[in-house]
Amino acid sequence: MTTAFIILLLPLIAATLILLVTRNRPDVSAYVSVVSAAICFLLTLGLMGESGPAGSFDWLNVGGLELKIALEITGLAKGMMLVVTLVGLLVHIFSLGYMKDDAAKARYFAGLSLFMFSMTGIVLADNFAMMFIFWELVGVSSYLLIGHWFRKNSAAEASKKAFLVNRIGDFGFMAGILLLWGATGEISFAGLSETLGRETYDPALLNWAMVCIFCGAVGKSAQVPLHVWLPDAMEGPTPVSALIHAATMVAAGVFMLAKLTFLIVAAPVAASVIQHVGALTALIAALMATQQSDIKKILAYSTLSQLGYMVMAVGFSGFVFSGEVLGVSASNAGFFHLYTHAFFKALLFLGAGAVIYACHHEQDIWKMGGLLRLMPVTAITFLIGTAALAGLPPLSGFWSKDAVMAAAQNNTLLLIVGAMTAFLTAFYMSRLCTVVFFGKSRSLAASEASEVPFVMRVPLIILTVGAVLSGFKFAYGWFLNPDELPHPKGALPLVLSLIGIAGIAAGYLIYRGRDKDPIRVKVFARKFYIDEAYLFLVRLLQDGLAHVAKAVDQLLIDGLIVRGSARITSGVGSLLRGLQGGNLQSHVFLFGLGVIVIIYLITITITSR
Amino acid sequence: MPTLNEYLMVSGLLFAIGFAGVMMRRNIIIIFMCLEMMLSAANLTLVAFWRFGNGNGMPADGYEAQVLVFFVIAVAAAEVAVGLAIIVALFRARCTVHVEDLNSMKG
Amino acid sequence: MSVLFYIFSAVMLGFGVMVVLNRNPVSSALSLVGSFLGLAALFITLNAYFIGVIQVLVYTGAVMVLFIFIIMLLDVKTEQRRNLNYVAMGGGLLVVLALISQLAILLGHFAHGKQQLAVLPEDAAVHQDVKRVGEAVFSDFNFHLQLLGILLLVATIGVVVLSRRQGRADRS
Repeated sequence: MTTAFIILLLPLIAATLILLVTRNRPDVSAYVSVVSAAICFLLTLGLMGESGPAGSFDWLNVGGLELKIALEITGLAKGMMLVVTLVGLLVHIFSLGYMKDDAAKARYFAGLSLFMFSMTGIVLADNFAMMFIFWELVGVSSYLLIGHWFRKNSAAEASKKAFLVNRIGDFGFMAGILLLWGATGEISFAGLSETLGRETYDPALLNWAMVCIFCGAVGKSAQVPLHVWLPDAMEGPTPVSALIHAATMVAAGVFMLAKLTFLIVAAPVAASVIQHVGALTALIAALMATQQSDIKKILAYSTLSQLGYMVMAVGFSGFVFSGEVLGVSASNAGFFHLYTHAFFKALLFLGAGAVIYACHHEQDIWKMGGLLRLMPVTAITFLIGTAALAGLPPLSGFWSKDAVMAAAQNNTLLLIVGAMTAFLTAFYMSRLCTVVFFGKSRSLAASEASEVPFVMRVPLIILTVGAVLSGFKFAYGWFLNPDELPHPKGALPLVLSLIGIAGIAAGYLIYRGRDKDPIRVKVFARKFYIDEAYLFLVRLLQDGLAHVAKAVDQLLIDGLIVRGSARITSGVGSLLRGLQGGNLQSHVFLFGLGVIVIIYLITITITSR
Repeated sequence: MPTLNEYLMVSGLLFAIGFAGVMMRRNIIIIFMCLEMMLSAANLTLVAFWRFGNGNGMPADGYEAQVLVFFVIAVAAAEVAVGLAIIVALFRARCTVHVEDLNSMKG
Repeated sequence: MSVLFYIFSAVMLGFGVMVVLNRNPVSSALSLVGSFLGLAALFITLNAYFIGVIQVLVYTGAVMVLFIFIIMLLDVKTEQRRNLNYVAMGGGLLVVLALISQLAILLGHFAHGKQQLAVLPEDAAVHQDVKRVGEAVFSDFNFHLQLLGILLLVATIGVVVLSRRQGRADRS
């Protein structure tokens, strides 16, 4: 039993314990979960020195297929484990305050523990099959947590939507895994990397496989066109949004892509698809974020946009510039942004959670205002998080965004898209902060707000430290080699920080002292009508299919098969009723005749042979 | 000495008598006895084939045939027990053992 | 030997006919005992001593006692000569005759069946058939024997459940 296995199994044990034993003792359940998260974090710190395989056992051997439950510690996995366990622990602690009076606290914490288990499984998995299983488990725990307040119709709908949309992506993921396995016969990452290096395969096959696998990432990391579930997922409790829908689970897609850099390098077409999908997501999500009025929705679209950045950066690992593939350095940039983003986005979400908590579960930013005076700690940490997200030097977001843009610097189109997104990011975050924290209170709830309790402040402060420092070499150097990051050319960092400052200034100037949104762009506010388009498409397909099915049903099924067979049955039945006399001896008589006929037939066949 | 055909004929006659009993009698207990007769006729056939199995009036080498007959007798004993229990239950419910009165399965 | 065969066959078939013809169920059951004794004797003429003994022990000893016991328990009266079911009689005879004639024709063509029973030497292995059958049952067919035991157990439980009085089942 290695440390890695203990980290994997501990949250599962906690979840089981809560569901089976302490279910009716919400406080005990909460502490069970928090303690398991804390132990996991400490064990993860101990894991930092290790690398390579960390224990495995056979699961099943069928023919040529050998499935193993095997753990593997790589640089990426170490960085991801730190994010998962640290943010996870802080969210657990924050939840102690946020979910204090919730009726189903035990179920909530069981869900969190289950999520920690599944996420650890994804991060440490050494083969595709295991990763896929935990991939689905993460989907399940996300479903459970989004639908935590399942009596609210919108929450139930949102959890269903998240699950179904994810399933679409996962289907592609599975198809990709099967394609690769069918072609190479390998299912473990190490074996796959080695086989791809040793033998040459049809590039079309690799491209298709990679695009299919990317579908999984599109679903989990909410890229266009499967992004629709993430904003709706904000129906879940805010700490869940911070943990799952900002810092960790949605980053799983990026993590998986970064882990598959060797495959992206070998599949240039797929790499190009990944870059463009990521850039598109980054831009349109940022545009949508500028017109939302729900504080969590703004952060959700911001998350989408940042995920687009990461995916784009990872996609650039297959980008060829002057005869050289960018390779690992680009995917490292994407992962670096994932790492820093996890801290400041979790901080922003928990800050939003604190604001929502203080304003009695009010989420509309136009009903808040002036909170800087009333809850200074929350406001200041939130502002620092905003600055980090906007990419102001020397905060963490600056360094990682820099690396991402450096990966894109040789592709002018995507570089411009990235720069526009950076401006929009600064703009909408500045809008959010100006409306929420400055000016005067616009509602009774906001004017009565007060600072949140201690257990909720501590995670905010710790995450602020992370948001400030995680961009420096000492904070990431032990799992990412700083020399393997792309190096920005010329004045790129300066331009980027100027763009960030310009965005913040624009947002502040436009929104200072306003009580209503002065800019109205309906297309952005209605999210480019994508939801409506899906609804229309689904209706069109469904209704068309339903009409055809109805016709078939009435004519063929009802008329011919059901009624026809019923008529035949009743006809034959009334014929056979005569035989079914209920009289034992008539049955015996028929039976005897049957025996005679059978003997006759058998002897004929024997003698004629 | 008797031939195999004679044994088979005797066993066939026993089977036929049993069948006639099942057909003609109305008392379910007697029908059941006749069933047992038919079963025994089959046993006799089995043993006869074993005894003439070698081709020149000598028994076959193995004892599988006798083991099979042994198992048939044992299973038949279990069958008789269950069957008679069913008859008792039936008699309790309907107060009759005449099959003509037991026609609730009439379609 | 041939004489014995005919005698026992006649005993078996004669008592068998009596089973069908007797109107008193007790007489029928006792006739069946006679028929089975004849059958057991036929087994012994075939050198299947073990089966013959089992036939006597299990059928004439146990099963027929059970039958007679049930007849007594249910107090089944002699079948009244109700209106004879001529259809059933006719059908029965038809099938029986068809079966027998079919068998007779078949056996006429069965060349293998014309061989005669050979007299076995004094020291033939067949004379120790209890030992041989025992060895076979407890070695090659041991698993089947265990299954048979389970079957008998299940049958016993089934009988108990079936014959439990309904009223008592309600109370428990």
